[in-house]
Amino acid sequence: MIRAVAGRELRALFLSPLAWSLLGVAMIILAWLFLVQIESFMQLQPKLIAGASELGVTDLVVAPLFDSGAMVLLLLTPLLTMRLLSEEQRSGTIRLLFSAPISTAQIVLGKYLAMLGVFGLLLLLIALLPLSLLLGGTLDLGRLAATLLGMGLLLACYSAIGLFLSSLTEQPAVAAISSYGLLLFLWIVNLSGSDDRSGLFEWLSLTSHYRPFLDGVVRSGDLAYFLLLIIASLLMAIHHLESRRRGG
Amino acid sequence: MAALIHIENLSRRYGDHCAVEDLSFELQPGEVLGFLGPNGAGKSTTMQIISGVLAPSSGRVRLDGIDLRQDPIQAKSALGYLPETPPLYPEMRVDEYLRFCARIHRISAADSERAVARAKTRCGLSPMGSRVIGNLSKGYQQRVGIAQAIIHNPRIIILDEPTSGLDPNQVREIRSLIRDLAEACGVLLSTHILPEVQSLCDRVLILHQGRLVYSGPVSQRQQNRLLVTLGTDGDGALLADLPGVSAVEPLDPRQFRLTLAGSHGPADIAEAIVRQGGRLCELRDDQDDLERIFSQVTLGQIAFDQATLAERVQ
Repeated sequence: MIRAVAGRELRALFLSPLAWSLLGVAMIILAWLFLVQIESFMQLQPKLIAGASELGVTDLVVAPLFDSGAMVLLLLTPLLTMRLLSEEQRSGTIRLLFSAPISTAQIVLGKYLAMLGVFGLLLLLIALLPLSLLLGGTLDLGRLAATLLGMGLLLACYSAIGLFLSSLTEQPAVAAISSYGLLLFLWIVNLSGSDDRSGLFEWLSLTSHYRPFLDGVVRSGDLAYFLLLIIASLLMAIHHLESRRRGG
Repeated sequence: MAALIHIENLSRRYGDHCAVEDLSFELQPGEVLGFLGPNGAGKSTTMQIISGVLAPSSGRVRLDGIDLRQDPIQAKSALGYLPETPPLYPEMRVDEYLRFCARIHRISAADSERAVARAKTRCGLSPMGSRVIGNLSKGYQQRVGIAQAIIHNPRIIILDEPTSGLDPNQVREIRSLIRDLAEACGVLLSTHILPEVQSLCDRVLILHQGRLVYSGPVSQRQQNRLLVTLGTDGDGALLADLPGVSAVEPLDPRQFRLTLAGSHGPADIAEAIVRQGGRLCELRDDQDDLERIFSQVTLGQIAFDQATLAERVQ
């Protein structure tokens, strides 16, 4: 049941030029960033060797790529998630799903699974960028795996939040704008000073839970943060769809 | 046998506005139930509640004996629903769409091809399988909507204005399809077109401002009543003297409703009028009972005694 919903969603995404153009734009920008990092690494390399530095290509190319990549994808994901549920509510096709013998949870999970499919594909393509360096050098593969895990969780989190905000409104544009707002807020919330009282903001922030992955550190606290955010968003989306049925 | 749809004291409020109030009725197997009412009477809201799209503010819905609130999945598996606007994904092809509908109605992948083919044949969509839904005409989109509602052979079919936007030929096809469907299941049908109710439905419910104002069988053709239009004023007197006419009710100076007695048929009356020298312009069966009831219960502010109404229709 979930698979049927997810399958239809994926089909619709790839039938429209939206998914293709987003994947294409994301890859062009990330590839450009990647090349810029490599170029600056090539310029730094003699100094690094002379200074016997421990910094390598993973520190100076891969980590910055995924750091700025997270921001680029933040700008792109709401455009994919915005119409997931809002479009169904606006065009009335949600009635087909509601009158069918499937539960609201299955509808939401199906949609979410479709998003994970798209972003899984995107992650695979992004992973090819650093992996191409293996042709001419070595990489810290363990650290790359941690980075990819972090990026995967971040994308899963973006789409869960986008899906929730898409359940709130019939206007895809409103869903997109509110997703931008919430995601950017979560991204920058830790900028509010660094005294003891900002501990909560630090904990709330996506950045402070994403960056450790780039350093190759996988902490259970960060994993829990992402999973919590994903599960909470999905539950709220399910709850909100249910209450729309009740409230009209 | 349990009723297919059993509704008790159903109400639905939007804030202060009450869209449906204290509605109760049943749909039996093999029955086509017509759902009438002016725009905004609460027909679509009721149909959405029965299909699980909206939750009722209060009251109970049982589908094929299963409570919709307690076991929604099981209850809805017996149901096919066509909303007012067909719930179509314009970017999909007809086959893809129907296959998806089959899957979410728990038809296994192996059986879904057959189900899709059957639904397409029944709705006259066979040559349209590979067309993109968004490019189809409104009539064909409506048919895809109907195909979606019957793809899983539901026992209960709810159709919200199924013939709107169709040309006369398509309307005739859809009506005969609905008649076929009713042999095996129960159909709840909303429409604005009174002749459609007369030709399709066994029983009719009329809603007005969220309340059930009339419930009764659809008037059968009134065998013993005729409408007669004469060519000249003042010939009404001769009608009363015709053999076999038991009552004459003048509707306007030239039009009369005759009630016949005994075995006299329309042909006898026509012959008799002409023989008496009347100029006969029109003679037809009096079928407008439903229209009269409809305007009386929805326009007239008279509190209508349902029992006497039902009697009159019978």
